Amino acid sequence: MSMPFYVPPEQLTKDRADFARKGIARGRPIILIEYADGVLLMGENPSGSLHKTSEIYDRVAFAGVGRFNEFEMLRVAGIRYADLKGYSYERDDVTAKGLANAYAQTLGQIFTHENKPYEIEVMIAEIGDEPTDTKIYRIQFDGTLQDVRRFGAMGGMEEELAEQLAAAADGLPDLRGAVRLAADTIERVTETDIAAEDWEAAVLDRTLGRRKFRRLADSEIAEYRS
Amino acid sequence: MISEQGRVGDHLPLDAVVPGASFLSLLQSQGLAPSWSTADRAREIEIPEATTILAIRYEDGVVMAGDRRATAGNVIAHRRMKKVFPADEYSAVAISGTAGMAIELTKLFQTELEHYEKIEGTRLSLEGKANYLARMVRGNLALAFQGLVVVPLFCGYDEADDVGRLYSFDVVGGRYEELDYAATGSGGSEARAFIKGAYREGLDEEEALAIAVEALVAAAEEDAATGGPDLRRGILPNVVVVDRTGLTEVGDDRISEVATRVIGERP
Repeated sequence: MSMPFYVPPEQLTKDRADFARKGIARGRPIILIEYADGVLLMGENPSGSLHKTSEIYDRVAFAGVGRFNEFEMLRVAGIRYADLKGYSYERDDVTAKGLANAYAQTLGQIFTHENKPYEIEVMIAEIGDEPTDTKIYRIQFDGTLQDVRRFGAMGGMEEELAEQLAAAADGLPDLRGAVRLAADTIERVTETDIAAEDWEAAVLDRTLGRRKFRRLADSEIAEYRS
Repeated sequence: MISEQGRVGDHLPLDAVVPGASFLSLLQSQGLAPSWSTADRAREIEIPEATTILAIRYEDGVVMAGDRRATAGNVIAHRRMKKVFPADEYSAVAISGTAGMAIELTKLFQTELEHYEKIEGTRLSLEGKANYLARMVRGNLALAFQGLVVVPLFCGYDEADDVGRLYSFDVVGGRYEELDYAATGSGGSEARAFIKGAYREGLDEEEALAIAVEALVAAAEEDAATGGPDLRRGILPNVVVVDRTGLTEVGDDRISEVATRVIGERP
């Protein structure tokens, strides 16, 4: 009878983490920035229909990087979770924190139990009536859950992006300022020129009605950057 | 919850919930779908009923209105019940029949439309929304035979064809597109008779709104279960307008003004 090779858990975890990190680093990055009226989610995405950002619920939005089919599964599961909770209790009972925890549990399980970890990272943003109510959570491929303040970057070159954002951030910008900051930082760090129609940008905007999520049109992005 | 729905290994995504964007299927899979089961003698207890609702197509869209009264037998159960609801940004639903079930059906319908829109990234077509509502009404058929009836009206702006559309339903889930107007509930036939006399092609929004409010006044004059505008207490009909710009709930100020005028002019 043959015995399976013994692989120490440290080695196994490291291999899996390296694998996931490599996959994520290959993808195009996404930046989240808090601005005066809410949160901007922005990244390069030439596809007009395969979105990386999405509405989850009234005040909650989603952004994912990495393999599309993997974060799409989390996005859909998140919408189901939120709609089920909001329908069973009340709309205000749906919070980013509950969802972020569910995502962290799911990704943590997949990281240890499945043959291959998910090569994705996601961020969940929630806004309230005041800028101080904003919450952003980042969930990594192994289920690590972090609280993000003011701005965050994930995907390829995320460390450089975060450094540059930290250097440039100065108070809460308006939407124009936030779009410029996100776009300029990504273009500078990735050393590419990105056309207006190749951006994907969405906001959670507290000045809107019940549903605070809105996608920015290409023309709007072009205008803010001109 | 999320691990059951979102994990690989448990199901492949395509056999998890079919169709994938259906909120009702999701509720059923979790055992949370609303259900009413009654003995045959359900009608021995009096259950609040929502009464008169109506909708009128005009030049740019559809006006939909409902009175505010719910009755249980010969008792007025509620004076300020809401019967006209936004379904999404471009459509509205009004309900008549067993009030509690109708309210739940509306909530489920609203959630379903938004759920679909978020998951698929696009809104259902107007026809698709009407068909889905018909299916929900049909789902209540067994209860309808025991007297627990829900009959909605549905209207919306068809963004594809650039026109406002109006649908009426029957208890078995029959769906009928109406080209001019529709009314249902206990005062529905009175309201219809009034609208028939006042209606013409090419009404503008103001005229359609006035006809809708006056039809409710006319229904309230003949039908005890329909509540007319109560200007003293500020109990006014719920009215929504659906046009190219989407759905607007008409404010109480404007309804009060129209109601005062039409009541004053009535014979």
